[in-house]
Order: sequence, then structure tokens, then C-alpha cells
Amino acid sequence: MSTPVLLAADNATSEHRPLIIALFGAFVIATLVITVWAGRQTRSAADFYAGGRQFTGFQNGLAISGDYMSAASFLGIAGAIALFGYDGFLYSIGFLVAWLVALLLVAEPLRNSGRFTMGDVLAYRMRQRPVRTAAGTSTIVVSIFYLLAQMAGAGVLVSLLLGITSDGGKIAIVALVGVLMIVYVTIGGMKGTTWVQMVKAVLLIAGTLLITFLILLKFDFNLSDLLGAAATNSGKGQAFLEPGLKYGVTATSKLDFLSLGIALVLGTAGLPHILIRFYTVPTAKAARKSVNWAIGIIGAFYLMTIVLGFGAAALLKNGDIVASNKAGNTAAPLAALEIGGGAGSTGGAILLAVISAVAFATILAVVAGLTLASSSSFAHDIYANVIRRGKATEKEEVRAARWATVLIGVVSIALGALARDLNVAGLVALAFAVAASANLPTILYSLFWKRFTTQGALWSIYGGLVSAVVLVLFSPVVSGKPTSMFKDVDFYWFPLENPGLVSIPLGFLLGWLGSVLSKEEPDKGKYAELEVKSLTGVGAH
Amino acid sequence: MATEAPPPARNGTETDRGPVPPTTEQFVEVQESEEFGELRRTYRSFAFPLTLAFIAWYLLYVLLSNYAGGFMGTKVFGNINMALVLGLGQFATTFLIAWLYSRHAANRLDPRAEAIKSRMEGDA
Repeated sequence: MSTPVLLAADNATSEHRPLIIALFGAFVIATLVITVWAGRQTRSAADFYAGGRQFTGFQNGLAISGDYMSAASFLGIAGAIALFGYDGFLYSIGFLVAWLVALLLVAEPLRNSGRFTMGDVLAYRMRQRPVRTAAGTSTIVVSIFYLLAQMAGAGVLVSLLLGITSDGGKIAIVALVGVLMIVYVTIGGMKGTTWVQMVKAVLLIAGTLLITFLILLKFDFNLSDLLGAAATNSGKGQAFLEPGLKYGVTATSKLDFLSLGIALVLGTAGLPHILIRFYTVPTAKAARKSVNWAIGIIGAFYLMTIVLGFGAAALLKNGDIVASNKAGNTAAPLAALEIGGGAGSTGGAILLAVISAVAFATILAVVAGLTLASSSSFAHDIYANVIRRGKATEKEEVRAARWATVLIGVVSIALGALARDLNVAGLVALAFAVAASANLPTILYSLFWKRFTTQGALWSIYGGLVSAVVLVLFSPVVSGKPTSMFKDVDFYWFPLENPGLVSIPLGFLLGWLGSVLSKEEPDKGKYAELEVKSLTGVGAH
Repeated sequence: MATEAPPPARNGTETDRGPVPPTTEQFVEVQESEEFGELRRTYRSFAFPLTLAFIAWYLLYVLLSNYAGGFMGTKVFGNINMALVLGLGQFATTFLIAWLYSRHAANRLDPRAEAIKSRMEGDA
């Protein structure tokens, strides 16, 4: 902790700490006001789960972007580019191309045939209780993986900003984020969460645009010069601009990259917190429009992360980035400090504070979305349809969702405190792998394959889920390497950090196998209902 | 299966809005109709091949990054190499495909879907 930049950052933060705290505070207060306002308008279950379905395509596109551009994108990708050059950039391509799966195959049919959760569509043709239990389980597991990543990012970021280095301090920050997200979701429901996400998306784009502009200005808007400076300053030369620094080292790491690539492109359309966003608009056409806006906004954002990441590599010493955070998560805020005039300057401190406040907003909005997805699924799929067998009143259901929010908040605070040194982009990639293995096969089969059965749905959800989670558990992510969650023990045998290469095909295979081996006849009438509804929107509300 | 009801609209707020929902028999009848068959064909024959195409194009890019380092490192101009050009190409094709699909949906799918929907909801 004795590198010049860090010391300077500490000095800068102690001088300008009031400014940083004021910005954080302003965002928290503004969002709490929105939350209370939205909470007053939240009466029915459709209000709580789907924000009353009254958002426009543009508003929802903005909120989707806010939900999707997580701390992993902002801090993780910029950090990965700053450390590994081109290999970091590969993340953002997978994250973006993935939206086409959502646009072409999932968004509109889902909006047309479901009401509140992913489970509504998965269980439509099937025996309700087992399939909803499975859908609820996988929703909660995916969301917790993803939450973990966001919580880890929050701890890292805020401790850098406020100069908190003690473990207790970091854990307190994670706890604060957890408590705020519980408040957003329990009071504001989907309406409050959606507005928080829209505000955050605007702040994030504005903040990123500002830093991107300043970095490009420094290099006279010459991308080639920027890349050249990054390559030289990284100490790795042209190799920094070519694939291979992170993933090209061994045959195993190449396979790992392929695995990651597949998980990223197929994961998005199976992420429950993204899927439930399609219910907040009135029609399938509006859902399509929201995805188009999201693709535009998210694409523009990722293009800017290229400049941010390579800019950080060009402006900062590699050693300083690593010293500040082993996984590179603080590269973007450090680059902001540098471009504003460097350590000790007022401009630098202001930019650092602005970018950090944006990142903080990002984390809060995303965790709120994730918590909402998991508590909705718990209340609607598991409590109302499995435990109460469809006999719970709306009021009871929403109350269950609020309690589930508190529980999930507490669990993720505990796990987030454990995972604080993992690269957040890596953690998010795991959530994508689980979503692609457990959820996407079942969604696609349900919508498009008439022979799909309850047994097929269960096999693909549990098969995909269990294989992905078990492979992660026995991978270097959890044990056996200096970067592992538990460094001191070693029980890994699966060589890849990302399980997608194995678990995604397995999820698809099991869904098919479970159906063809099933004794149960697929329900033709129900499939007719689902197919006609999903393509035409008959009876959608 | 009859005992386990499909997701019904419970306790009201949402059921009040729409007309009486069509019966399962009506859904089966529509599903088997020529008109719906054409809607399904128009959708699937566009969306499925396009999905396979962009996934293949994306995988090609991933595989090139993995196993064709020399080619990807080729300088195109200045410090901009093939890897970056192809990466940005993925962005461009994503935007293009989103636009193509939306145009197809607006011109070819929406009118057909709308016709079936209003007939079914009018009937019921």
C-alpha cells in the first residue's frame, strides 16, 4: 500500500472526502425520494412485480441498460482491459452480441405469454409445482452469483475512495449497500427500482462520456496513438493489443476463453433480472423497442470502455493498478484521477469522486434489480404457486416478496463480504454460465418445441444448474490458486474457470433427453395456447 | 394435470381489463390454421437462421482470437490491428442485425399477429 498513486489517492480522498460523501449522499437521497414516491403508487401485485406495466420502450430500454451495465462492466471490463489489453475487450463483445438472442428469440414471446416471472413461461405447459420450484431455485441461484459480484465491487470501490483499508470497514460498506437495496425493493417495488435504474443509466453514460472525452482529448482523438501509448506503457508492447495475454497462455486457458465466450453470448437471455424487465412494458412491440434501445445504449457504453481501459493502461503504471486492486477493478477510477490532473490536483479529486459516485450508483441499481428478481420469483413461483398452491391472495404474495427481499439481502451481504477480492467480471461470467445452462435451454424448448415435457424441463433446469455450480465449486475460482476464493485449500479438479463449455450443452442435451424418455404426453392444448399467445399477444396483459 | 391450474389471473385487477379469454379449443384451432402457420413460418424462417448465423460469426471471432493470434495481430493501420477491426465488426453486425430484425418484425410479423389477435379477442 505504499505506491505513489495510492498514497496520492488517499491524500486526495482525505482532502476531498466531504465532496465524495456529498455526491454519494445526494444519489442516495434522490433515489430514496423516488423509492418512497413509487412505493405510494404500488398497490397491486402487477405494480410490485411489473411496475404497473406502464413504462415506454425507451424508458425500459434505459432501465435495462441500467440493470445490465453493472459494476462488472464498468469496473471489471475497464480493469481487465487495463491489465490484459485486448483480452479484456473480449468480454464486452460477448455481453453485447448476447442481446440479439434476447431480441430475436426471447423478449417478445416472453412478454406475450408470461405475467411476472421467468417461471410463468417455463411452467406454462407443464405441471406447475415441480417446474416452478425448479425455476425459482435457478432464478435465486443465478441472482445470488450475480449479487455477489456486485457486492464485491462495492466493497473494493468505496474502500478505495474513502481510504478504508480495514476488513471491518469494507464489510461495513457491503452491509450498507445491502441495507439500501432492501429499502429500494421492499418500498419501491418494480416501479421504484426501474426509476433508480434509469437515473443510474443516465449518470453512468454521462460520467463515462466525460472521462472518455478527456482521455481522447489528451491523445488528440487519435485512437491509434492511444493504443500505442497503452502498449508501450504496459511494458508488453504490441502483444498488449493482440489476443492472448490472459487467455492465450496455455491450451487450457484457451478452452477457458471459449467457454467464457459461449456463456456470455447465451447467458443474457436467461438472466431472470433481465427477463422480468420485459413485463414492465404494455406490449411485445414495446419490449422489442426496449431491447433495441438497450442494444444502442449498451453498445455505445462498451465502445467507451475500450477507451477507458486502454486509457488507464496508457496513463497509469501497471504496478499501481495491481497494487490498488489485484483484479484491476479500480483502474477506471484511478484513470479518472489521473486525467483530471493527477494525484493531489483538485480536478483529479473531483473526477475521481464523480466516477466513484457513478460506480456506487451502478452497484446500488443493479443489486436492487437482482434482489427484485429473486424475491419476485420466490414469492410468485415458490410461495404462491408451490407452497400455497395458487391460493394466496395478492396481498399475501407481495408481503412474501418483501420478506424474501430482506432475507436475500442479508444472505448476499454475508457472501459479498467473503468474495471481495475476486475480479467482478469473472464472477459475473459465472452467473452467465449458470443462466445459459439452466434457464436458456428450458426457455427455448418451452417456446419452440412441442414435444417438450415436464421431465425435460426439470432435467434441463436442474442438470444445467447443478453441473454449472458443481464445476465452479471444483474449479480454480474457488480453490487451489492464488486468485481463488479460498487460497489456502486445494480441491479443484475441473481445469476451467468457466463451466459453460460443459454445462450449457449438457443443459440442452438433458432437456431433449428428459422429454424423449418421458412417459408423459406433452399437453397439446397448452402448447397451442402458449404458441399462439407468444406469437400474437392474445390475452396478454 | 387438471388439478394444477395454469397461471390464472387471480383476484382480479388484471382480469377486469381484457375480454373473456379464448378457450383451449379456439387456441388449437388457430394454431392449426393456415394463417397462423404462415405467421410462424415468417417468424421462424427469419429469426432461426439469423440466430445461427450471428452465433457462428461470433464463435468464429472467438476461435480466431484463440487460435489465430498471428492473423489477428496483423496491423491494418497505425496500431489498429485485425483483432480490433473484427471486434468492432461484431459491434457493427449486432447493430445491423437488430435493425434488420426490427424492420422484418414491423413489416411482416406485426400485421399478421395483430390480425389474429383482434379476431380471437373479438370472437370471445
